Amino acid sequence: MTDDSTPLLEVRDLTVTFASEAGPVRAVRTLSYQVNRGEVLGIVGESGSGKTVSSLAVMDLLPSHARVSGSVRFEGKELVGLGDKELSKLRGRRIAMIFQDPLSALTPVYTVGDQIAEAIRVHQDVSAAAARDRAIELLTLVGIPNPSRRVASFPHEFSGGMRQRVMIAMAIANDPALIIADEPTTALDVTVQAQILDLLQKAREVTGAAILLITHDLGVVAGIADRVGVMYAGKLVETGPVDDVFYRPRMPYTLGLLGSLPRPDQGAHQALTPIEGNPPSLVSLPAGCPFAPRCPLRIERCAQQEPDLVQHAGAHAAACHRSDEVERRRVAGEHVFPPGLVALAAARSPRAEHALVLAVRDLVKEFPVLRGAVLRRRVGSLRAVDGVTFDIREGETLGLVGESGCGKTTTIMEILNLLPPQAGSVAVLGQDAAAMTPDQRFRVRRDIQVVFQDPMAALDPRLPVSDIIGEPLETHGVAAPERARRVRELLALVGLQPEHADRYPQAFSGGQRQRIGIARALALKPKLLVLDEPVSALDVSIRAGVINLLERLKTELGLSYLFVAHDLAVVRHIADRVAVMYLGRIVEIGDVTEVFERPTHPYTQALLSAVPIADPRKERSRRRILLQGDLPSPLDPPSGCRFRPRCPRFAHELDDAGQQLCHKDVALEARAGGAGHLDACHHSRPAPVL
Amino acid sequence: MSTAVPTVSRASLVARQFLRKRLALGGVAFLLALFALAYLSPLLTKWQYDQLDTTAFLTPPSVGHWFGTTQNGFDVFALTMRGMQKSLVIGLLGALISTGLAAVVGAFAGYFGGRLNTLLVGLIDLLLVLPGFLIISILSPAFHGRTWLIFVLLLAAFQWMITARIVRGMTLSLKEREFVHAARFMGVPGSRIIFRHILPNVASLLIIDATVNVSSLILAEVGLSFFGFGVQPPDVSLGTLIGDYSGSSLSYPWQFYFPAGFLIALVLAINVIGDGLRDAFDPNAGGSVS
Repeated sequence: MTDDSTPLLEVRDLTVTFASEAGPVRAVRTLSYQVNRGEVLGIVGESGSGKTVSSLAVMDLLPSHARVSGSVRFEGKELVGLGDKELSKLRGRRIAMIFQDPLSALTPVYTVGDQIAEAIRVHQDVSAAAARDRAIELLTLVGIPNPSRRVASFPHEFSGGMRQRVMIAMAIANDPALIIADEPTTALDVTVQAQILDLLQKAREVTGAAILLITHDLGVVAGIADRVGVMYAGKLVETGPVDDVFYRPRMPYTLGLLGSLPRPDQGAHQALTPIEGNPPSLVSLPAGCPFAPRCPLRIERCAQQEPDLVQHAGAHAAACHRSDEVERRRVAGEHVFPPGLVALAAARSPRAEHALVLAVRDLVKEFPVLRGAVLRRRVGSLRAVDGVTFDIREGETLGLVGESGCGKTTTIMEILNLLPPQAGSVAVLGQDAAAMTPDQRFRVRRDIQVVFQDPMAALDPRLPVSDIIGEPLETHGVAAPERARRVRELLALVGLQPEHADRYPQAFSGGQRQRIGIARALALKPKLLVLDEPVSALDVSIRAGVINLLERLKTELGLSYLFVAHDLAVVRHIADRVAVMYLGRIVEIGDVTEVFERPTHPYTQALLSAVPIADPRKERSRRRILLQGDLPSPLDPPSGCRFRPRCPRFAHELDDAGQQLCHKDVALEARAGGAGHLDACHHSRPAPVL
Repeated sequence: MSTAVPTVSRASLVARQFLRKRLALGGVAFLLALFALAYLSPLLTKWQYDQLDTTAFLTPPSVGHWFGTTQNGFDVFALTMRGMQKSLVIGLLGALISTGLAAVVGAFAGYFGGRLNTLLVGLIDLLLVLPGFLIISILSPAFHGRTWLIFVLLLAAFQWMITARIVRGMTLSLKEREFVHAARFMGVPGSRIIFRHILPNVASLLIIDATVNVSSLILAEVGLSFFGFGVQPPDVSLGTLIGDYSGSSLSYPWQFYFPAGFLIALVLAINVIGDGLRDAFDPNAGGSVS
């Protein structure tokens, strides 16, 4: 052991190159950073920035064709070039790793107890029984209920959040000095993310380990990290204490990232400031600063010489020729990145005066649960959507939010099918889906179109863009010359070039593909656009551009949106009204500012409190409402109020009589929120949480 | 907007891509040449395939008999060309029918599901367990004396089932993809979705299947002809020629190597065309992005 003054982990000039047919891919270029004992270093970057590759290089877990050079010193010991045998003694014992996908990080054929015990016994000479006891102890520590029974469970019997808890238990099993967490919460819902981040903090307190947190989410970093490093094109472009980087960024990229982030605690007063263009290809990097082609501040020198990471005041360092100027401007985003077209909707007349575009009443969707291989019989039913009611008026955006499994996607699929629902009704522009003839249904499809989440899966890879955008036109009988004209018009409308029409979707980046998807949805001039998580698959800097486009189109074309998302910040930015779903029901609905600032349902409050905000001071001073456990199975939902088993208000604030009330079913109606702000809680009470 | 760039549809993009593949174009040219040679051969030589030259038994290639003669005095060139006429049609037509049937049945069963699926899968399974060879032998006398094209249909009818099952499986996963949902939600009818979205996305499989089918059908015909069904003497096919003369490949090689060589050339040409077509359909293949 060395003394405390040497950094725990010191990475110097780390370079990782992969061979590819197009030439060497320089995934990480002369990366240097250090992690001190017990601190949390957050590494932020978009996909392809090299953040994961660099962390895998530290552990020497890269595929064998990767060429690694530079130096990685852990507790004063050089790791690069160390044999696998030597490294194995460190891995899992002194350095532990938590991966992004908790599903594939656990072996499906062994019980979680065995896997934790294995992690212990590899490094410690203890008996099987002792290791098992320790596994139970660890499971208790990470908050798995009923650990002595759950220790014998297999990974598939756990939810995603629980699996990540098991991963953390394995990581801290040997009391490591450093935990590398690679996007530990990206695959998880926001309330579960809050639980896991809380647990990481706890793990750090228990073991005193330092944490290297790799993420794309600035909000997560703001809350948990002491220092932060921003990566771009394989290099660290800015690093320093969290407050310095967030409040006094010295690199235009950092500034741009912060400006392009919608904030859940701020309304849509102005357009976001997207960063133009796409990250450079790591095969053919430009000669100068890799960010220069996208940078609004670039000068001649930027194209010629790549700036080094230069130390400024304190521990704050940035790689920019003009970092002093950037720092002086100070104001987030505004000056450096001029905001795009400010899409301010004209002062709107009262809601009731606008025509009803979509009316959903008591919608129910039940899936049969079948058992048996040969003679399949129905043993029960899964109510994915259980009595959902909302409506959307002309020119309005309704944000439908909720965690995975709450029934949002089933709801929109039921609406888009335009078939008679199992119960309740769906009416588009006043026409009831149940009463439509096939011919009418076909015509109504012109008015209701959809944009999907995954821009790759939503476009037929074997059709050129002109055919993709032209398909709805062709289907609805637009002649070929007019179709070609419309396709060009639509491409221009979503900010693409007309000559893009004869390329296949593969030739486009994620953001561009999503624009093509939007162009296709707009081809028939619909009245209502259903947007199913349209930006969640995109990188932060690209996301802002798509959000701005959606806002601009809405005002220009007078569209109504049904915006389904799990990202509350985006919903806050784009929606006029918001509906929160839980277990197939809407628990709260109302004006977006109302719901975000004065939520009345405890689930909404918990959800909002769990959203990370990219503002370190605010983030540190917030109190999170942590929910207990996971979403109950929709196969067997709780009686009465469905949120009751996890409800903090039920558990801590109510007397017996109040609790008795919660066992009764609860309707969605105006309570403490006032008119137009409905919730489904017997004990409705507003409580600001943002 | 008359000056604007014209938008290009998939058909013309695929055609453009295909025309860029030199090797595949060579394959097409070669195949056409084979057709021309097979059907124009009676003009090239004075010997007919069923004509005996009683002055030349088992002579090696010469000026009079380009490919030599057989033991009975048949001209091997005339036989080979006559055989190729049959085999080209059996192979190409049979492969088209069998792969086309597989694509349509598989995709419809997978996409529409329900009763249609039960019905079509039942049919596939039934045909899979029926011994095709036996059925064709039993049916052969019924078609006796009529056109041998019925025989092509019969051969193809017992060739498509496994591919159809694969296509059905791929359709089941493709139909849950978002671009199929998107097409459905804009009102595109199911059959159009199948031909526009589903089948192009399984095109690689279909093209490979078709090229493999060409050679396997030509060879399947050999087996049947051997047992006295299919192409009957004095008529010949490449398959019957290869079957008949494989025994003399070492002693009197011209009888065997000329028909076999043409079969190999034919299959190679088909494979090259298939590869070119597959690349032209596949946007990921190199050079598709200008």
